Amino acid sequence: MKVLVAVKRVVDYNVKVRVKSDGTGVDIANVKMSMNPFDEIAVEEAVRLKEKGVVTEVIAVSCGVSQCQETLRTAMAIGADRAILVESADELQPLAVAKLLAALVAKEQPGLVILGKQAIDDDANQVGQMLAALTDLPQATFASKVEIAEGKATVTREIDGGLETLALSLPAVVTTDLRLNEPRYVTLPNIMKAKKKPLETVTPAALGVDVAPRLKTVKVSEPAGRKAGIKVPDVATLVDKLKNEAKVI
Amino acid sequence: MTVLVIAEHDNASLKGATLNTVTAAVACGAGDVHVLIAGHNAGAAAAAATQIAGVAKVLHADSDTLAHALAENLAAQVLAAQAANGYSHILFAATAIGKNAAPRVAAKLDVAQISEITKIVSADTFERPIYAGNAIATVQSADAVKVITVRATGFDAAAQGNTAPIETTAAAADSGKSAYKGSELAKNDRPELTAAKIIVSGGRALGSSEKFTEVMTPLADKLGAAIGASRAAVDAGYAPNDLQVGQTGKIVAPQLYIAAGISGAIQHLAGMKDSKVIVAINKDPEAPIFSVADYGLEADLFAAVPELVKSL
Repeated sequence: MKVLVAVKRVVDYNVKVRVKSDGTGVDIANVKMSMNPFDEIAVEEAVRLKEKGVVTEVIAVSCGVSQCQETLRTAMAIGADRAILVESADELQPLAVAKLLAALVAKEQPGLVILGKQAIDDDANQVGQMLAALTDLPQATFASKVEIAEGKATVTREIDGGLETLALSLPAVVTTDLRLNEPRYVTLPNIMKAKKKPLETVTPAALGVDVAPRLKTVKVSEPAGRKAGIKVPDVATLVDKLKNEAKVI
Repeated sequence: MTVLVIAEHDNASLKGATLNTVTAAVACGAGDVHVLIAGHNAGAAAAAATQIAGVAKVLHADSDTLAHALAENLAAQVLAAQAANGYSHILFAATAIGKNAAPRVAAKLDVAQISEITKIVSADTFERPIYAGNAIATVQSADAVKVITVRATGFDAAAQGNTAPIETTAAAADSGKSAYKGSELAKNDRPELTAAKIIVSGGRALGSSEKFTEVMTPLADKLGAAIGASRAAVDAGYAPNDLQVGQTGKIVAPQLYIAAGISGAIQHLAGMKDSKVIVAINKDPEAPIFSVADYGLEADLFAAVPELVKSL
């Protein structure tokens, strides 16, 4: 069984982004870019399934600019066998990415697709679910445990108030939550090995997908700030303030 | 033009986020608001929905295949309602259920989804946070149908006082591709995080899961509060993931938020900075949490929190 894993190149999670003064977006020039953390968990899960012998091949896919090759090399250093870059300099919104991935699912026929639950740049949380809808596959989002046996995926999901377990027929789409696994550190020998693994490049046009954006960003602004209040010297003052000034207890 | 709200419920009762979503639906200014109750033996939830002010009609689809809000079946039910009534806007609460099903509906309709809106500028233009709340994007949709998830903290709860009619609709067919196997829901009598008036939240400084429980529980008991946790505390295994407050966890806006031993990483602040009153207890005077706190107490939480419990 093949597994397809989608990875996105995003601003590194340690970087505090700044809104551009003209309100057109956030400033990402000369900012460190990395693999979306939830996608790293997705790659790790796919590679662990291969190490368990459940999966035969792990294919990493990224959609975006040519620098996404670096993200794909990282995926291959974690353990993906080969990579596909759908190269486009245009803005790719979640629906477009889902359509590109759907075209690759039709071509590669994976038994499982694993994606991060959301990207930490646009915080959309859409692509996995959209891909499942477009390919008419069952989905399990926000996974904290994945088991594959007898043609079924049994997935434990993080839901409001606890956990839920679903059984999905394969092929299926799974999106990862934080606690699914802890991605391994990539070692230098594996980085070297990843450089020799095959990386294929295709275009949205070659896949027959129209990627025109549906949402227009009118402006991007700073969030309304919250002013710091006062420091209180002790617990008694705190209780007094909460009771008599804020009147919340 | 009509707006559809997908109700969040546990079959027996409506979840609070439904009320905030109805307020957003009314604010779309597109006309009548319908509420869909898709569930199993969910008559009580449907009856509750008829009482929400601003609702013109409640659609009720009842079937065992809708009992657990499986994304495939719930999305099919919404699409059936869309085919019958041609809504201009379809709104879900940005909860685990809403976030799971909404993109399926959007993709089937070949429209973009607008995630976690916090403000409605006009019928086609919305504000939503990006980059963990470090920036607010105003986006305009060119699609005929707007599929939206609504962040509850951005909108007030709709009032009660209505007697909207219920229309029973046929349940959509089961997808046959996914099945519910069970759930483990945390059992406690505490208020739910996203609905709580008071939240006490613990961070990595608690040091262990035993200490987390030992220190935070008495305070929560005393205040009748929900318990939250920072991502650092959850990652370290001190608290279960469903207690996580932050951009990738729960977004909360209670009357009172008490953060103990939480430094205030941006992703945590994104989840709680709309709280009415914020109290921070931290021994690091430089902790970023103090920059958003109304009342900061520079102290060791292991001494301050028990003292706070005693003086309440």
